[in-house]
Amino acid sequence: MNQSSILDFRSGTFFAPVLVLYSNNMEMISQRLQDKIASAPGFFSNSPVLFDLSELNKNDIKVDVEALISLLRKLSLFPVGIRGGDASQEKRALELSVPLDSGRSRGDAILLEIQKQDDTASEFQTVVREAVRTPAMMITQPVRSGQRVYAASDLVILAQVSAGAEIMAEGNIHVYNTLRGRALAGVQGDIEARLFCLDLQAELISIAGIYKTSEDLKEVSRKKPVQVYLRDQALIIEELG
Amino acid sequence: MARIVVVTSGKGGVGKTTTSAAIAMGLAKKGHKTAVIDFDVGLRNLDLIMGCERRVVYDFVNVINGEANLNQALIRDKNCNQLYILPASQTRDKDALNLEGVGKVLEELSKDFKYIVCDSPAGIEKGAYLAMYYADDAFVVTNPEVSSVRDSDRMLGILASKSRRAELNMEPIKEYLLLSRYDPERVESGEMLSLEDVQEILSLHLLGVIPESKAVLNASNAGIPVVLDEKSDAGQAYADVVARYLGEKRPLRFIDGKKGFFRKLFGG
Repeated sequence: MNQSSILDFRSGTFFAPVLVLYSNNMEMISQRLQDKIASAPGFFSNSPVLFDLSELNKNDIKVDVEALISLLRKLSLFPVGIRGGDASQEKRALELSVPLDSGRSRGDAILLEIQKQDDTASEFQTVVREAVRTPAMMITQPVRSGQRVYAASDLVILAQVSAGAEIMAEGNIHVYNTLRGRALAGVQGDIEARLFCLDLQAELISIAGIYKTSEDLKEVSRKKPVQVYLRDQALIIEELG
Repeated sequence: MARIVVVTSGKGGVGKTTTSAAIAMGLAKKGHKTAVIDFDVGLRNLDLIMGCERRVVYDFVNVINGEANLNQALIRDKNCNQLYILPASQTRDKDALNLEGVGKVLEELSKDFKYIVCDSPAGIEKGAYLAMYYADDAFVVTNPEVSSVRDSDRMLGILASKSRRAELNMEPIKEYLLLSRYDPERVESGEMLSLEDVQEILSLHLLGVIPESKAVLNASNAGIPVVLDEKSDAGQAYADVVARYLGEKRPLRFIDGKKGFFRKLFGG
C-alpha cells in the first residue's frame, strides 16, 4: 500500500443545529430541550449540536459552561462547538473537549432558540422556534452578462443564463433553460453538489472548486438536459432522461 | 403622463442616435407630442441627425443647472410640429448630469408630452445609467455581431437591476429588440449572426429589423431622420417599428436577401 492511499483530507460540510441561549436557567433549558427532543426523538437523539452564547454575553448573563455541556451530554446530544463565548468560557469548553467555532455560519441549517426571560413576566416565557433548511433561491428573470448571483442554498433559475454572467451556489444549481455563463455549485466545498441544466453551453462549470472550461466541454451534446456531478475528483457530465 | 423610452445598446456605433431620431419622428408623425433628449453630453450628435444644430442656444445641462428653462432649450422640429429636441451640451462632460436634475426635467416634460425618447450614450457609465434610469420602455439596438450582442445583454442586465423601476420593485422596464444594420446576404454567407441567432441569445421581444442601408448615411448627412425617407428600406423598416410599438401588427420585412429569389430559382 503506498503512502497516499492511507488517508486524505477532503473539504466537507455538515449540518448541526445551533442552540442559541437567551437564559442561564439550567432547569428551564433542560425542560425545554427535553420537550423538543420528545417532539422529534429520531432527529435529536445522538445529534451533534453547536451552542451559541453570544446573546447571553451581549446581555452580560453569566452561564456555567461546564453545567451546560454536561446537561447536553446527559440528554444524549453531542456538543461539537461553542460559539460567541468569552475567553474563559472558550477555555472551559476546550478543557471539556468542545472545539471553538468562529461563527462563520452558512445560513444556520437548523436553528433552535430558547427565548430569553421577559423582564415583566413573573415566569420564564419560553418560545422555541425551529427553522427549516434554507429554501432554494429562485430566479425567474434572465441572468444577463455581467450579473452575478450567489445563493447560500440551492439555486433554481427558470430563465437563461447569458455568456458573461456568473451564478454560484453553496448547494445545487438548476437551470431550466440554456446555460451560457459560468456556473459554480458547492462553492463552500460541498462535493455532493450537482449542476443541472437543459442546454449546456457554459463558459465554465465547477463543483466544489473542480472545474471545466468551455474548451473541455466541446464534445458535450447541446440542447440536451444534463447533470454534472463529482466522482473521484472528476467532473462527470451525464445526459438526463 | 408621458411614456419614457430609452434607446440604448452598450456598444457604440450601432445606430442609437439614428434610431432615436427615427422613432421620435415616427411617433410625432402619428400625432403624438414627442420630445427627444440627447444624453450624450460632450459628444452631441442628435442635433446633427435632426438637422437643428444651427438653432441650439441652450441645452440639457443649462436646464439642469437652472440657467435656462425648458421652453428656452427645447427646439421645435422643422418637419413636424409635434416633435421637440432637447440637445446635449458639447462643452461639458457626463458629470454635468445628475439623477435628481434629470428626474426633474423628465417630470416637467411628462406634463406636456406623450412620449419622451432618451438617446443614450454608448458604454455603461454615468451617461447611459442616467438615460435609462427613469425609463418605462427600452429599445435595445443591436447589430448582428457577437460583441454587440454581448454588450446588449449586459445593458439588459443593468436595465433589470439598476433602473428606477427595479429599485422601487415596480413592473420592470419593457424591453424591445431592434436589430439594426442587418445585411441578409452577409448573414447567408455566415459573416453575420442571423436574426434567429440573436433572438436565441437575447430572447427579447423583436420590434423590427433595420437593414443596412445607404439611406441612413444620406439621411444623417442631410439632417433629416431616415423615417421621413419613405421610399427607402430603412425608412420603411423604422415606420414598421413605430407602428409595432404602438400596437399594430406588421409582418417582418427586409430579412431575406435580394439574391434569395434567384437562388431559389436556380437552386444555388
